[in-house]
Amino acid sequence: MATEDRVNDFVIRIATVNGTGSTSANSLLMKAIFRMGIPVVGKNYFPSNIQGLPTWYEIRVTKDAYLSRSGHIDIMVAMNAQTYSEDLASVQSGGVFIYDSTRRREELHARADVTVLPIPLSELANNAFTGARTRILMRNVTYVGALAALLEIDLNTLKQLLEETFANKQALIDSNLTAIQIGYNYAREQFNCPLSMHLSRLDKTAGYIMIDGNTAAALGCVYAGATVGSWYPITPSTSLFDAFTDFCKRFRTDTESGTQNYCIIQAEDELAAIGMALGAAWNGARAFTSTSGPGISLMSEFLGLAYFTEIPLVLFDIQRVGPSTGMPTRTQQSDILAAAYASHGDTRHVLLFPSDPAECFEFAVKAFDLADRLQTPVIVLSDLDIGMNDWPCPELRWDDSYRPDYGKVYRANELRDLERFQRYLDVDGDGICYRSLPGDHPRGAYLIRGSGHNQAGAYTERSDEYIEVMDRLRRKFDTAATLVPGPIIERTPNADMAIVSLGSCHGAIQETRDRLVEKGLASDYMRIRSFPFCDDVRSFFDSHPRVFVVEQNRDAQLRSLLMTETGIAADRLVPVLYYGGEPLSSVDIIDVIAQDIKQGKAA
Amino acid sequence: MSFIKKPRINHPGLDTNAVGLTIQDYEGAMSTLCAGCGHDSVSSAIVQAYYELAIEPHRVAKLSGIGCSSKTPTYFLRPAHGFNSVHGRMPSIATGASAANRDLHYIGISGDGDSLSIGLGQFCHAIRRNVNMLYVIENNGVYGLTKGQFSASADVGSSARKGGGTNEIPPIDPVLTAINFGCSFVARGFSGDKTTLVPLIKAAILHRGFALLDVISPCVTFNDHEGSTKSYLHTREFEQTAVYADFVPIRDEITASVDTHVTSVTLHDGSQIHLRTVDPDYDPFDRDSVVSYIHEHQNKGQIVTGLLFVDETAPDMLTLSGTTETPLVDLSFDTLNPGAAALKTLQKQWR
Repeated sequence: MATEDRVNDFVIRIATVNGTGSTSANSLLMKAIFRMGIPVVGKNYFPSNIQGLPTWYEIRVTKDAYLSRSGHIDIMVAMNAQTYSEDLASVQSGGVFIYDSTRRREELHARADVTVLPIPLSELANNAFTGARTRILMRNVTYVGALAALLEIDLNTLKQLLEETFANKQALIDSNLTAIQIGYNYAREQFNCPLSMHLSRLDKTAGYIMIDGNTAAALGCVYAGATVGSWYPITPSTSLFDAFTDFCKRFRTDTESGTQNYCIIQAEDELAAIGMALGAAWNGARAFTSTSGPGISLMSEFLGLAYFTEIPLVLFDIQRVGPSTGMPTRTQQSDILAAAYASHGDTRHVLLFPSDPAECFEFAVKAFDLADRLQTPVIVLSDLDIGMNDWPCPELRWDDSYRPDYGKVYRANELRDLERFQRYLDVDGDGICYRSLPGDHPRGAYLIRGSGHNQAGAYTERSDEYIEVMDRLRRKFDTAATLVPGPIIERTPNADMAIVSLGSCHGAIQETRDRLVEKGLASDYMRIRSFPFCDDVRSFFDSHPRVFVVEQNRDAQLRSLLMTETGIAADRLVPVLYYGGEPLSSVDIIDVIAQDIKQGKAA
Repeated sequence: MSFIKKPRINHPGLDTNAVGLTIQDYEGAMSTLCAGCGHDSVSSAIVQAYYELAIEPHRVAKLSGIGCSSKTPTYFLRPAHGFNSVHGRMPSIATGASAANRDLHYIGISGDGDSLSIGLGQFCHAIRRNVNMLYVIENNGVYGLTKGQFSASADVGSSARKGGGTNEIPPIDPVLTAINFGCSFVARGFSGDKTTLVPLIKAAILHRGFALLDVISPCVTFNDHEGSTKSYLHTREFEQTAVYADFVPIRDEITASVDTHVTSVTLHDGSQIHLRTVDPDYDPFDRDSVVSYIHEHQNKGQIVTGLLFVDETAPDMLTLSGTTETPLVDLSFDTLNPGAAALKTLQKQWR
């Protein structure tokens, strides 16, 4: 790809050491570009470590508002001597390599196809500031200043952002501004500014926010009226509960008494975390937990109990690379099958697949409504890429006329008039029964149990009574298919091919489709948003005999689920898989698809 | 046990309690445990306790895990909601339930396998949090439903009934475990001694916080033989009551017994427990001395029973977390939802 005069279309990667406070500098940089009306996406590549290991932050400036990683690096800001050589090697031909030249390294000037810009960042910061920690932090802000000159970032925008971030801390605002000015001046004096790759104001981010999926999901839980949250710390889901805690403190603290209209419990493990949520949900609260892969394994026992006893439950699985401990700070979509059928015996669970933070917010609310309506666990399958990276999203909206769907519950006044309450009686024929809440009325009392039970809720070991319950649970799942969010289908006239995918693959697929159009290939696209698969998912395959199924795991789990649940033949579903742990990029997909088409296989 | 369903007979002459209910209203379904099982005596003491306290049964939530003991919530308080959960995980269910609705009375029934083996972690953490509940361990030293394996509470030297040999692994004592983890109410009873058990249960119900009641409850089928240290005979012989608890409701005049050392504890609802210590030096408010007392007697092969430790001042889970006095399930959606305008303001930080 040519790099000359690429305005608003390039990737900056910043290589640092984790624990050196580069996050705020990088966030400042990205937000400044965003405020200039230019679409950006941020991806954080961090180690499972607290301090001392290499970490990278990548900002894609994308005038076409693509949401995925581009797969290339155009400008590298190398701040970590440990990774200098690999960082230099990773820059695309025609790119720019900036490094801290306080100690000049001749070997870094070796690539003829890369412009190397040495900036003595440590020296500049050390001269201007005192104190070891301040110097390290300000060194980071200094590279923001240098980039402001090289890329033409508006200084006033940077200033405004600093004032907002450090509201009443004038000293911090001043030192940050000084650091920016130092970097800015140095770059202006030493280099030809701006670079051929630079920024130019656009008007494409109005009405958008930059937010990560875990924050958005937590906010959705607050808006859905969740009162009990229990969790066990695990990357990458921890920030969901951090955010929920912050929002609850802000929105749910009684202004007069100071008491909390919520209860958050950090459990002793994932088993207890889901057990607590289940106990609260049994009692009638909207309750949830969040976890990641290893937690799903541990929670399986309780998921089976919730399924069989029919207790509403919301669970967020922020997927990471498995199996086992896997790579905790890398992303994947490898819990699809584990979540769909979690637990022993015949179990199946409702799954939602958000594709970005905005959908995390929307689906969090939807998950509570569905869980209450269907009286079963609903698992929101997000992932590390959605959950922990900053995505541009349309501003979140809330309709004040929204009322929660608490589903079929007999309250005291209805129980009073009931001749006999039977917990698992299919009164309406949709497989969903009426539940009662503990403490409401003596007539609603029954003993809920994970052991075999009949439609009255009583213990049974009789085949006919057991089968009656199991068959109804299957019917309930059919009802679920009519209630879950349907797929988003994009059709193109005379499409040459079709793609099916889910979740965070969306951005990369949008970009892939544009690139394929450039190759003369038009495509239809279905983004599946839930399980069980609804009729629209099934009918898409009626009109598309052969489909590329794109997903982020080794074993083509979505494809397997489609085959198992819809009976589609294996040869009609072509797997397109990426499972390396980095957020999906169109470069991971295009070649596989183009190659396949070239061989004339696709229908 | 026979499987003839007992018809419910209404006795017009039965006494009613303060909420107008008879003791029958507190009973449950017929037990399917073995005839003579200690657990049935515990159920009967539970029925008696809730009846005498005049707690409306539907305001009680009874929870359990898996095992013989965990079956028993079916056999008491029929009008109460029950939750027979999974093995060893009842404490987490109770913790979440209590968080959602703090106004119900929670009783958890567990066994030595359920609480001291598979569920030891959850048991300890529920104690640490001081979840407001009565937690009963029906302790028989043996796995009944799987036919007689040793449990973690089996004493060293205790023999198995069928070919399992002698247990050589030191036991986990739930009472000492609870005291060490900061439990605010620790008692031990014996299923064969209902007169002592009922007041212990009543005091435990009204205690605010985690009340552990370990009940030695012999397994007549697998662990009631000679050589077992959890048999009726052995427990009768070696039981050593350290503190008798007399429960005194709010309305009753307080009278003190003369022959023993008496201390009173006022519970959160205003009722009192009179602690009659057999040994005048025993201090049921001092954790360290209670631990050494129990150890000392254990070394002599004795089983110390009674209300062994109580701390009525320890804040329970929801007090510690600052959770509102209103049960969370009773908060209106409008109270919980910040609304569209707040969302708009909030999002400025993400611009």
